[in-house]
Amino acid sequence: MMHFEFQVEGGNFTKAGAASSQLKKILKQLNVDPKIVKRIVVALYEAEVNIVAHAYKGDIIIDIDTQKIGIKLIDEGPGIPDIEQAMQLGYSTASPSVREMGFGAGMGLPNIKNNSDELRITSEVNKGTIVELITYLNQ
Amino acid sequence: MTVSELAEQLNLRVFSGNEGLNHEITNGYTSDLLSDVMGHAEAGNAWITLQTHRNVMAISSLKDLSAVILVKGFEPEADMLAQSNEEGIPVLGTNDETFVISGKLYNLLNKQ
Ligand SMILES: Nc1ncnc2c1ncn2[C@@H]1O[C@H](COP(=O)(O)OP(=O)(O)OP(=O)(O)O)[C@@H](O)[C@H]1O
Ligand SMILES: [Mg+2]
Repeated sequence: MMHFEFQVEGGNFTKAGAASSQLKKILKQLNVDPKIVKRIVVALYEAEVNIVAHAYKGDIIIDIDTQKIGIKLIDEGPGIPDIEQAMQLGYSTASPSVREMGFGAGMGLPNIKNNSDELRITSEVNKGTIVELITYLNQ
Repeated sequence: MTVSELAEQLNLRVFSGNEGLNHEITNGYTSDLLSDVMGHAEAGNAWITLQTHRNVMAISSLKDLSAVILVKGFEPEADMLAQSNEEGIPVLGTNDETFVISGKLYNLLNKQ
């Protein structure tokens, strides 16, 4: 069992992806199958950037055991009023300045879904969002 | 084909990331949408874009891309340049438009 935690600052794009980069290094050291590492990196990056782009701050909690990698992202932020709508390819409420950087294509949540084995999103408007991802190691 | 061979053949400027000039280029990916690249580019790709900030390098590193090619004379911002050097992933530049440089890269990679 291994446990890691990272903090994410809302609005700070200079640090966006730092946790994903750390986890990538850890998984490589643990000799996790490169195909699995690739999927996890995509899923975590998108979830991490969503906190930066859409929330105020958040925590990333990662638990690794012999069977699976569990990632939980808990943020304080505006929440997601309609999760089904948010999951749709192309749906985005990103601000113009965020879009100018090339974010805000509405592809992040679909990328997360395509690159995790289990995905659960719960959210409360004006409070925050919890994204839980599970990736199984031996399939 | 390596990044330095590519830079020479297409007459590209090398801004940074010289350590990665020996990276092998498998293919190209053209997009200015970061999540599109995150979801669909593949390891070894050269990424053609007009985005000039450091998040481009974060993605390039996470996806194991071999180089970034900036179009239309765009130059990397200071933080992009710094991260390119840190990661050893070259940032190249051209005055060509996206369509033109994508076509040139396509032809070059499919000629071999
Ligand atoms: N952590 C979050 N807090 C609040 N809203 C969120 C959060 N994550 C996603 N959303 C909402 O869901 C929408 C879709 O998210 P998604 O990641 O698919 O696209 P995006 O972030 O807008 O653009 P992209 O990910 O392509 O750069 C967002 O525009 C936002 O409205
Ligand atoms: Mg997103």
